[in-house]
Formats: sequence, structure tokens, C-alpha cells
Amino acid sequence: MPRKLPPEMLDMQRQIEAYARAAGLDMFDCYYEMLDFDEINMVASYMGFPVRYPHWKWGMEYERMSRSYEYGLHKIYEMVINNDPCYAYLLESNAMTDQKMVMCHVCGHNDFFKNNFTFQHTNRKMIDEMANHATRIRRYIDWYGVEVVETFVDRCLSIDNLIDFNSPYIKRKRKEEDRGTTQPPDKKRDLGLLPTSREYMERYINPDDFVAAQKKRLEDEAKKQKRFPVEPERDVMGFLMSHAPLEPWQVDVLDMLREEAYYFAPQGMTKIMNEGWASYWHAKLMTEKAMDSSEVIDFADKHSGVTATSPQNINPYKLGLELYRDIEDRWNKGRFGKEWNECDDMAERRRWDKQLGLGRDKIFQVRQIYSDVTFIDEFFTIDFCREHGFFSYEYDRKRKQWIIDSRDFDTIKTKILQQLTNFGHPVIRVIDGNYENRAELLLEHTHDGVDLDAGYAQDTLRNLHAIWSRSVHILTAQDQRRLMLSFDGSGFHERSV
Amino acid sequence: MSLRIQNDHARFKDIVRGKIKQNLKHYIKKGELIGKQGKDKITIPVPRIDLPQFRFGDKSKGGVGQGEGEPGDPLPGQPQDGQGQPGQAGQEAGDHGLEVDVTMDDLADMLGEELELPRIEPKGSKLVTNRIKYTGVNTVGPESLRHFKRTYKQALRRQIAMGNYDPNNPVIVPIRDDRRYRTWKVETKPQANAVIIYMMDVSGSMGEEQKEIVRIESFWLDAWLRRNYDGLESRYLIHDAVAKEVDKDTFFHTRESGGTMISSAYRLCADIVDAEYPVADWNIYPFHFSDGDNWSIDDTRLCISLLRDRLLPASNQFSYGQVESPYGSGQFIKDLGENLGRHEKVVLSEVKDKDGIYQSIKDFLSAGR
Repeated sequence: MPRKLPPEMLDMQRQIEAYARAAGLDMFDCYYEMLDFDEINMVASYMGFPVRYPHWKWGMEYERMSRSYEYGLHKIYEMVINNDPCYAYLLESNAMTDQKMVMCHVCGHNDFFKNNFTFQHTNRKMIDEMANHATRIRRYIDWYGVEVVETFVDRCLSIDNLIDFNSPYIKRKRKEEDRGTTQPPDKKRDLGLLPTSREYMERYINPDDFVAAQKKRLEDEAKKQKRFPVEPERDVMGFLMSHAPLEPWQVDVLDMLREEAYYFAPQGMTKIMNEGWASYWHAKLMTEKAMDSSEVIDFADKHSGVTATSPQNINPYKLGLELYRDIEDRWNKGRFGKEWNECDDMAERRRWDKQLGLGRDKIFQVRQIYSDVTFIDEFFTIDFCREHGFFSYEYDRKRKQWIIDSRDFDTIKTKILQQLTNFGHPVIRVIDGNYENRAELLLEHTHDGVDLDAGYAQDTLRNLHAIWSRSVHILTAQDQRRLMLSFDGSGFHERSV
Repeated sequence: MSLRIQNDHARFKDIVRGKIKQNLKHYIKKGELIGKQGKDKITIPVPRIDLPQFRFGDKSKGGVGQGEGEPGDPLPGQPQDGQGQPGQAGQEAGDHGLEVDVTMDDLADMLGEELELPRIEPKGSKLVTNRIKYTGVNTVGPESLRHFKRTYKQALRRQIAMGNYDPNNPVIVPIRDDRRYRTWKVETKPQANAVIIYMMDVSGSMGEEQKEIVRIESFWLDAWLRRNYDGLESRYLIHDAVAKEVDKDTFFHTRESGGTMISSAYRLCADIVDAEYPVADWNIYPFHFSDGDNWSIDDTRLCISLLRDRLLPASNQFSYGQVESPYGSGQFIKDLGENLGRHEKVVLSEVKDKDGIYQSIKDFLSAGR
């Protein structure tokens, strides 16, 4: 059972939060709970929440975690939930120094959740919401049977990356409103022709080719209006929810899982920023305030573990932390703006220090209004890239091994951005819900150089078909060949387009 | 205390079991499982069990890392064969299927369920095994079983009670009454004994593929019989014109050549049974694998009489598996069938290729003897 904190740790929490607030962090109230390793593995399998709907995938995750914990391969130090109040978990068997460091780290996350723009739309009572989802899905299981519900949940989860991650941040102008108004058709106005009362000027003011172009535009628009959906839809989950032939309970399940997917999306969009921010603050608070001298070695050991770099992938903790430090340093010294960018005297650049002291303000601003993509795009500079020894790697088919491909800044940056765009998921949109006029579903994968995994694509199509109940197709490319993959309920087809 | 996750975990395990059962036929004919056998667990690669999503293929993706090295150098720390996305192997263990550990007993049960094998009713379960188990302490017993720590604790307790213990000079002297001894109980457990005697023809006509079939089939036979008997013994005999007993490794890997006198194996087998496995106490399972090409009709006749008079009365079941080989005539199984086909203890099975193993196991084990 989760245990409340013992009094000495409550004191510790109070003190650390006081330090954090003094340093400018703005946090939700935070509650810590102590868990043993079995419980923390459970909560981690549930992605941090104490109650989730019943599903085997949590069991799989739990099996994996318990096993790697037993083998000593990994250990969870902390977990924190974006919720108001914020909940965080501590592993009971950790040493005091670790707990202290975790609390500092959690302060960083907490502040980030509360202030970063990507989290602004998230439900801050998600713990309750998740528990409600669990209750509802349990009830459906009671009513319809575990196999039926679980199979449907499996299908929904198999498309839960097909949502429009950006949609919560866009306010679209509603066009529907003026569609209702009925006015007599005015050919001239609809065509967008300029008014003139002199007939002999007509040819000059509205030349023929212009009229033809406008006509074509109007026709296209009319055609578009007949399309379904009118604009390509990235929120495939939402599209299916509104248009697939589903039972009411199925719509409800799909709705819940979609809501959960949207809730978790910002954490994927700010992985580097969020972990970097938390690491920045645990380092800062520990070294400047919270730690006493006897804890230095333990802290250094843990901190260097957290921020270790690897030749195989980017450590978001390390990259984020170093970027914040770099930004702070640059804005303290005034190393930004036109003057700095245009200076190519290396000696001067090295000496550059305008003593502006704007660093702290800048990083607080950055943590508020950036997400990973914009963060890397703006602050991952060539100097930073060189200093930290980044490289990109590729699979060499001839040598059958992975090789270091390049240390070129642009290549590396493009690659990182590519990995972050849409969280490294392929961009897939519904372009036709009435394909071939047979109510078949046509998706399009916006190919940006990386192919889809064919095996996974087939299985996903199968699941999509089960939801849509008619044939499903996806336009994609494989080995530079445009093709369409289809599943019609009995078999897969592939054809070039 | 049970955690909420136990339900989900159990559900996951069910699914894994289901997957294994579903693919058992496929596992049976593949030899690869045998190599993955640990002490009592076996690691089985289960086909993908995660949720499919549209995702990028691995190879064309590449990535970004940090550290030493020039362009063109191999990436440090990648798997030797260069397969899989490096670095993410740990995070995405479910990437290309899953490896699950299954105990041999579980696997045998699945085999049983899948092939609808009946349970074997053992004979000779009169035998008991005795095990000594230490169950507690007593004030009397042999000195060799004296419990040193408990004795001194008792002495300390007594001295404190008597008031002659001095913490500054902690000398403890146990007296007779302080002594404590371990006591034990003898546990008796009925046990059925079983022995499998594998015989294989290693004459020139048995090639690698034939031996592989024998190897796979005996692995599964072993698994099932082991499930039914604790402490199963296995003996391995090979023969060409003469028979000899060998160890397991040799059994599967020798390649002899020469003629075939099956009677030599049966005689050796009968001798072993007579000498070491009294019929009343042992369940005896001779399995013979051959390509069915015996040296002479006379020898075949000898085989049949050996079987009828010596081996069959002693055995629970005599199983003959004939592996098809391009060289053998395959006559032996016909001869056995004509002469002993009606005998209830004789099971004959022909294995054409690896796909036939499944049916052959079923033939051998479905009698439940």
C-alpha cells in the first residue's frame, strides 16, 4: 500500500519546495507517496496512474519492468503525474540523498507541467478521469464480456498514435456558419470579379483568363465540398469515432482512449525540454541549497548516471540540461542577436561578454513557450553541436552494421528534428471516407524519406478494417515506389500508383 | 498482498500461453527450441504480441548519438550481427517478438493439451523414496547434530536468568540442559520410476536430416514423459551391425556407417532391462528409430522373436519410428506390422519429414500407457 511520507521527509519536501519557490519555480501542490519496488513497477506500468482500465498491455510492461529490475538492469527513481495537485512517487529503498535529488527533480517537472504552453489544455484532474475510464471499461466488460471489449480496446490502441497532436493549440475559424445563409446566387460576386458599370471596360478589368481561372477555382471548391472529409483529417481516431459504424459503447471506449492519447501527447512533445528542465533544477537546487557535504559523492554518482551520453541515442536529460545551460550562458553574456550572429572573428566570439545577466529570465521564458521541435530548432546551434560531439548514424547495408554517418551540423539537426516531428510517428491522414464511392477508407502517409514498417502496417490495416468494417487503404511509398496497401477483410493487396 | 496489476499480468500470461499453443506445431518441427533449453526453463520466441501501429521501418531510420569516432566507423556498442535498431533494443523489447520463459512442465502440458494426449497411468508406484527433512530442535539427540547457536542462546538466557552473566566479561558456558539438537523426520513419497531407452540406427543410410528428426522427436517425447514421471532416466543405444550404449551427445552426433542388424540393438536393450530395471518397479519405454533397412530377413525374424519374448513383456510400450531416407527400403516397418501389428504394446509410426514429427508424437503418446 502507498504510504504517506515520514515526518523527516515531509520536512525535507517543505524545505526543498521553499528553495525551489525562492528560485522562481511556480508549482502545483505536490503529494509524495512511498512505494516498494513491486508497487512502483505497477504504477510505472500504468504510466504513473494508480488506476487504469484492465488490459494485458500493462501486464506485459509489468513483466518487463519486474524482470529488468530483478536483473538489476534498471531502477525507477521517480515518477510524477501531470495533475493538480501533482502526485509523485518515491521508491522506498532509495537512499536519502536519492530521495532528496528526486524531490528537486520533481519540482522541475511540476513547474514545467504548470507553465509550459503544451500542457495548458490537459485535464488537471486526470487521476480521477483515468479512474472513471477504468470504471466504465470494467462495466462494459461486465456487460459484453472480456474478449469482446479487450479486442476492441486492442484495435483502438493500435491507432492511438493517429491523432492530431497540434489540434488543441489551433483555433480554427468556423466556416460552417455562413454555409447556412441562403442568398440568391450572384455569379459575379461568387467568381470574385471586380465590379464595373462600363461594359466596354469589362474585358480589361476582368480579363478572360482571369475569369476562367476563377471559374476553375470555384469548380474545385465545389468538388472539394463534396469530398468527405472536406479537408484531409489527421485525427483519424476522431474521424472514426464520428463516422465508423460503431455501437454506442464502442464510441465511448474510442472516445476515452482518444482523450488519454491527447492527454499524454504533450509529454511526448516536450520530452527533452521537460527532462532537461527537471535535471537543470535538481542539479541547481542540490548543489546550491539542499545537499550537505556528506552527500556530494552519492549525488555526483547519480547525476552522472542520469546525464550519461550514449553513442546510440540522445539522452533527453543530458541534451535538455545542456541546452538550458547554454541558453542561460548565452543570454547572460549577450551572445545572441544580429551582432553576435554576424561576428565571425573567433577570438572575439570567445571573449564575448556583454554582462547582460538575462540568462535566468530567458530560460524561464523558454520553458513556457517552446516545445521540443521549436526548442531544438532555435537553440541547437552549430557551436553547441560541435562542443557536445554529436554525430548521425545510418545502417550500412553492405557492411551489415550501423556506422557513424556524418558529423555535419545540418545533417544532425535535420535528423533530430525529424525524430521529434510528430514524435517520430509517421504523419497519416484520412483523405477519403468514401473511396471509390464504396464507403471505403483511404489514408495517406505523408512520406518524408522513411518507409513504414510493412509488417506493422498490415496488422494495423487489419485493425482499422475491423473498426471501419469496409475496405481500408493507405497510400505510402516503399523503396522509392509509390504504392497503395489495402486490406479488404480477407487479404492484403499492394499496387503501385 | 495482491497488486491490482496481477489481473493484467495474469491476462498477459494467458495470452502468451495461447500464442505458444497456437504455434506449437510450428515449434515442434523447428529444432531451435532444443538449443535454448536451460535447466528447467526454456526460452521461446513468441511472435509479436504488442499492439501494431503505423510506424517507421528500422533500417532506413538511423539516428543521432554522442561520442568519439569518425564518419565511417562502426557505431560503438551495436549488436554483433548488426540487426535491429541499436540503443532502442532495451526500450522496445517487444520490437520483434518477445522471448518468454516457459518451464518444461508447462510446455509439456501444452503439448499434451494440443495433441490431446491422455495422462499416463504409471505402474509400480509402490516404490517409495525417503527424504530426511530437519524439522525442529529438541533437547536430546546425537552430538553430531548439536545446534551450536541455539545451545549458546539457551545458555545465555539461563545465565541471565540466574544472574551470573557479566556483559563486561561475556563468558557463556553451556551445561548439559542447554544443549539443543536438530530433529528430523523421514518423508516418504511414492514414486514411479521410468526409463526411456532410445535406440537409433546409425548405419550409412541415416543422414543428418534423419538424425535431426530423431533428435527433435526425442526431445518432445522426453518432455512429455518427464512431465508424467519424476526422475525419468534416459539411456541411449546406437547400432549399425553391432549395438553399443553411448551418452546423449554421441547419440545425436555420431555418424557410423556399415550394415544394419537391428537385432543387436534389441538384444542389448533387453539385456539392460533385465539387468537394471526390474519389470515390477519400472515403466520402460523403448523407442527405436531407423530408416527400416535391415540386413536380412533372418535378422528381422530374430528381432521379432526378441521383441515378443523379451522386450514387449517388460515394456509399457514399444515404439518404432521409421524415418524416411532416400537409401532405405523401409521394409522393416511392414515386417513389424505383419507380425506384431496387433500387439497392444507396439506402436509404429512413419515420419516422412519434419512436418511429420507432430503426427508421429501423437501416434506414440496417444495410447497413454
